[in-house]
Amino acid sequence: MTLLAAATNESLADLSNKLVYASMAVYMLAFFAHITEWVFGSRSKVGRTAAALTPAAAAAAGAAPAVQVRTKGGGTAVLDRPKVVTRSASGVRDVPDGPGAAGGTEKGDLYGRIAVSLTVLGFLIEAAGVVSRALSVERAPWGNMYEFNLTFSTVAVGAYLLLLALKKNVRWLGLILVTSVLLDLGIATTWLYTASDQLVPALHSYWLWIHVSTAIFCGAVFYIGAAGAVLYLFRDSYESHLEAGKTPGRFRTSVLERMPSAATLDKFSYRINAAVFPLWTFTIVAGAIWAGDAWGRYWGWDPKEVWSFVTWVAYACYLHARATAGWKGRKAAYLALFAFACWIWNYYGVNILLSGKHSYAGV
Amino acid sequence: MSTTDKAPAEAPNEDEAARAQLSTAPVEDSPAAPVGIGVIGWARWFWRQLTSMRVALILLFLLSLGSIPGSLIPQTQVDAMKVAEWKKTHEFWVPVAEKLQLFDVYSSVWFSAIYILLFVSLIGCIVPRTWQFVGQLTGRPPGAPRRLDRLPAYTTWRTDKAPEEVLASAKGLLGGRRFRTEASAGAVAAEKGYLREAGNLAFHIALIVMLVAFACGQLFKSEGGKLVLRGKGFSNTLTQYDDFKSGSLFSADDLTPFSFTLDKFDASYEKAGPQKGTARDFKAYVTYSEGAEGAPKKAEIEVNKPLEIDGSKIYLLGHGYAPVISVTDPTGKVVYRDAVPMLPFDGNLSSSGAVKVPDGYRNKNGDKEQLGFNAMFVPTFAGAGKGTMLSQFPDLNFPVLALSAYHGSLGVDAGLPQNVYQLNTSKMQEFKDPEGQLFKQRLLPGETMTLPDGAGTVKFEGIERWATFSVTHQPASGLALAGAVIAIGGLAASLFVQRRRIWVRAVRGADGVTVVEMAGLGRSESAKLPEELSALSAALYETAPSPARSAPADAGTTTEEEGERA
Repeated sequence: MTLLAAATNESLADLSNKLVYASMAVYMLAFFAHITEWVFGSRSKVGRTAAALTPAAAAAAGAAPAVQVRTKGGGTAVLDRPKVVTRSASGVRDVPDGPGAAGGTEKGDLYGRIAVSLTVLGFLIEAAGVVSRALSVERAPWGNMYEFNLTFSTVAVGAYLLLLALKKNVRWLGLILVTSVLLDLGIATTWLYTASDQLVPALHSYWLWIHVSTAIFCGAVFYIGAAGAVLYLFRDSYESHLEAGKTPGRFRTSVLERMPSAATLDKFSYRINAAVFPLWTFTIVAGAIWAGDAWGRYWGWDPKEVWSFVTWVAYACYLHARATAGWKGRKAAYLALFAFACWIWNYYGVNILLSGKHSYAGV
Repeated sequence: MSTTDKAPAEAPNEDEAARAQLSTAPVEDSPAAPVGIGVIGWARWFWRQLTSMRVALILLFLLSLGSIPGSLIPQTQVDAMKVAEWKKTHEFWVPVAEKLQLFDVYSSVWFSAIYILLFVSLIGCIVPRTWQFVGQLTGRPPGAPRRLDRLPAYTTWRTDKAPEEVLASAKGLLGGRRFRTEASAGAVAAEKGYLREAGNLAFHIALIVMLVAFACGQLFKSEGGKLVLRGKGFSNTLTQYDDFKSGSLFSADDLTPFSFTLDKFDASYEKAGPQKGTARDFKAYVTYSEGAEGAPKKAEIEVNKPLEIDGSKIYLLGHGYAPVISVTDPTGKVVYRDAVPMLPFDGNLSSSGAVKVPDGYRNKNGDKEQLGFNAMFVPTFAGAGKGTMLSQFPDLNFPVLALSAYHGSLGVDAGLPQNVYQLNTSKMQEFKDPEGQLFKQRLLPGETMTLPDGAGTVKFEGIERWATFSVTHQPASGLALAGAVIAIGGLAASLFVQRRRIWVRAVRGADGVTVVEMAGLGRSESAKLPEELSALSAALYETAPSPARSAPADAGTTTEEEGERA
């Protein structure tokens, strides 16, 4: 009743809309900065991947004793700790990571930094948009698809920025991420827009905070894992091309040359997906507990439940495949993409096309 | 294809030994063709296939594909009405769909086959793994391989300390960091991260627990629906339910004895804006008593807050209106007075129903007859001449009841079950208005309509509210929850904990100086392993530093080249 009395705060809702549009403008600028970064970077001649993988180089490497790459306590080691040398497992291509979109060029790097700064700004504005939306309705901002999309891209960008802040090698993700965030926000504002409003009684529960927030979070981070898997597939075929002694096209070389190595991308995608999988499990369990309270059964094969289950099983498949000979590598990556496709379908497809107990007013 | 499966050309056996039992994950061997003769050979081959990772993976994938049709085609156990509707619009596919049990996917033979095979495969996998793991827990970490520098992370330095001293402090250091250590001649072996394996096994066992709990829940569950008018009561016996579903092992004695009365029902709606009319809050106030003669207690039931009585949960599902109608016969005697629940068919609670007067009515000629009225009720009428009889808002702002009148036989005496919300007019005649059309009239509360030819009157006396409740009892849901919690915990442990081994060897060299070697090996190639080895070696280096004359790493025997990634 108190919720009802608290009328929607019109001006806050209006502010939220403006902030969302502002963040889209900033992301657009970040997009152009990334494009410029890629263009400048294309002028550098790196060619390290090719050098490491052409048959001649492979023969030379085979003749020489195995190269051991120092990681910790390299050249600048002080005398207080012994150096650790590492060997990568046999059978894995020992290919260095690409230099990133800027290709080692100074100008490219400058634009790359501008793009990241703009992304940070866009993220802050968008996050403010989500918060003001929440304040305007005095509830969790996860009541309809417009709000889901908004939170989804905010979380995806936030996760990317966090990885950057942790000095992880993820700047290669920038352009793809900003592009899909623009797409996501475009869909949200064009087709999914719902004026801020109260919730139907079925959503009056603290489980909304728990279940829906983790669901969105998982989706956003799965998205990053899927992006890694797609790039892995491209980069892997590029590397095998080189290994076979063929010369890939110039554009392909220019772009993929600058990406991290296939092994790095594969590992990245795996770590992201594996880290989120327990949380996705939790999301489904939390949803089941809520369903037990709201609908009288904790599992009833509602379309949303079915697709959450399908997504879960598909990711379980991927995690197992990656540890199974004959499945790891490309096949596992296809499974990861299938799993993410299931997640996306579970969101757009089930919400819009299939009717079930998860259908609420205003999609 | 990648070349990841190439085995190292000259892997010495002891490297294999060092890697042995670092996990209980199944060894990847493609099962050979059936060996031996006849049934036993084939059975063994089948069992090895079934418990292989490859087949488990395929079954897992089939499980995800197999659950998809159930979300696209309506399911009997979810919504039987939708199934009937689907069958009407897709007549061509019905025989195929029925053959494939597509209306009961999750209890179909083929779906059951997939998950039963999967769980058999799972059990066939975790039982030996559990034994292996127990063996590993009681065993000791394997001894150091001869060539430590072949391992993924390696370091070495020289020190003046005696080898025994170095090894003793290494053992203390590793033990202090909760490694399991084992000293042997000239070396210390240490291992950590058993929680990974434990978590993995716990997760898979928890899946089986959840399946069992879910199966129990399905077999013993009961679920019944009941429409209760305000002021009326319900007691939990089979005969009281409007509809009732139960699992195949449920017996009527399992019903929890309790009763409740609906005292009041509150609903509020969005009054303006694009979502006008959307429900905002429902609340049912009930008085209930446990057992046959428990003390009455008050409670509120809301959409997300069921009332739980001794394992049974009472949920508020829906609500609606019941116009109170009284009917008199030609002599003016009241032959019927009741609140008649109407079923809502849209969001603004436009409702329809039927008023049936089975007994007590005699027509002008004194003959026994039954009366029936098709009824349509709207809580907020658009107004006469607006061209719509549909409700404009779910609250009672302008309630209107429209009735059309019939007389004859309701068909209720045949003993066949009948839908109480629909009038079967096959044996009834219409009351006619002066134009010869079906007699119908709109009524406001308090208004009375007079049937043609002095056949009696019908009065719309007032409006009652009703609410529908669902009473469910699903055993083993606590077990399912426990399984889920263990599964999540086990999953986190198995994905986030690294199992790894560290070896330290200290040997007095020819020149009398001790050479210390440390190496690490993990199940998966992780960046954390070199970091950990680095930290460990730094700590050990403090207790066993290099002689002042030489830098620590220079004493190493490995050829090192500065990598490009430096």
